[in-house]
Amino acid sequence: MATPLQLGFQDAASPVMEELVHFHDHALMVVYLISSFVLYIIITLVMMKLTNKHAHDSQEIEIVWTVLPAIILIVVALPSLRILYLMDEINNPHLTVKAIGHQWYWSYEYTDYKDLSFDSYMTPTQDLTPGQFRLLEVDHRMVVPTESPIRVLITADDVIHSWTVPSMGVKMDAVPGRLNQTTFIPSRPGVYYGQCSEICGANHSFMPIVIEAVPLKHFEDWSTSMLEFT
Amino acid sequence: MGALKGQLGISLVLERRAPARAYERESERASERAREREAPPSDRSVTEQPPAEQEKMAEDFKTKLEMYRTAPFDARFPNQNQTRNCWQNYLDYHRCQKALSAKGQDITPCDWYLRVYKSLCPAAWVTKWDEQREEGIFPGKI
Repeated sequence: MATPLQLGFQDAASPVMEELVHFHDHALMVVYLISSFVLYIIITLVMMKLTNKHAHDSQEIEIVWTVLPAIILIVVALPSLRILYLMDEINNPHLTVKAIGHQWYWSYEYTDYKDLSFDSYMTPTQDLTPGQFRLLEVDHRMVVPTESPIRVLITADDVIHSWTVPSMGVKMDAVPGRLNQTTFIPSRPGVYYGQCSEICGANHSFMPIVIEAVPLKHFEDWSTSMLEFT
Repeated sequence: MGALKGQLGISLVLERRAPARAYERESERASERAREREAPPSDRSVTEQPPAEQEKMAEDFKTKLEMYRTAPFDARFPNQNQTRNCWQNYLDYHRCQKALSAKGQDITPCDWYLRVYKSLCPAAWVTKWDEQREEGIFPGKI
């Protein structure tokens, strides 16, 4: 989950998010180098006494400051395209979950074997127990098995919502009448939070998403108990 | 060789450039082909197969259904928008059911489409379509 005064990304919980974090570090380093170089040039220009009143041309420097930026762009673009294609790779998922956005809660359906579906409402602040997170906790979490490709099909019942879990590197709009697909692989067990990311009315800020990634055996036990419960 | 490559290149280009509106027809043809692919690799139709072979097919199919985990990747719908995938499998199941019941055959082969559309389609959509079919206002052709 996000923490106060946080500057960077949340810890990655899926391989794709790890790659995105590494790429971000790489691109940001390029940005820091260019920015500090430009800042240095500006300060030097402003502080020095020498001035050149006779403008000349110079083929050499023109070539350098054309080729070098092109190289820098390639150095940024190649890892970017690599990740783009990595995210688009075809994988046969182990599980399909449907996430349906409503005003103002999410509902999840697990219908590969039996019909399991439940609603996921935000826990009101006054009902939180000590240690729980304000505006992030829900009554029923979306439980998934770890280390398995999960396909999530996202749609909405009324207006456009958006389903996101930043630590998994996943965000997808929930559009009524359309079924959007995204996949992710939870690398490790844990609880991962997200919040609705498309303005959808009065309680847009109060319909969070919580994924609980557990080992497969626990997932099977959970789904059996949920079927009995619902 | 160059001429052959050119011809292959052209045919590939033509396939890639199939216009979006033809996608619906292509999708219908693809589901027809998918249904045919599930038929045994003989030149006789299913109804003409000897009972033993039909039974073997049914057994293989049962195993396939038992091994079912979730809807596999479908190359007809490779992108983000899976609306058509859900719709097509719903149609295919009911068409298959209608066709096989009309011939008086076992409708077990249709269960594949049932499992896939149950995996993909939101329950609300399925309920709505079932009601529309009962009322005779279902927009698809079954």
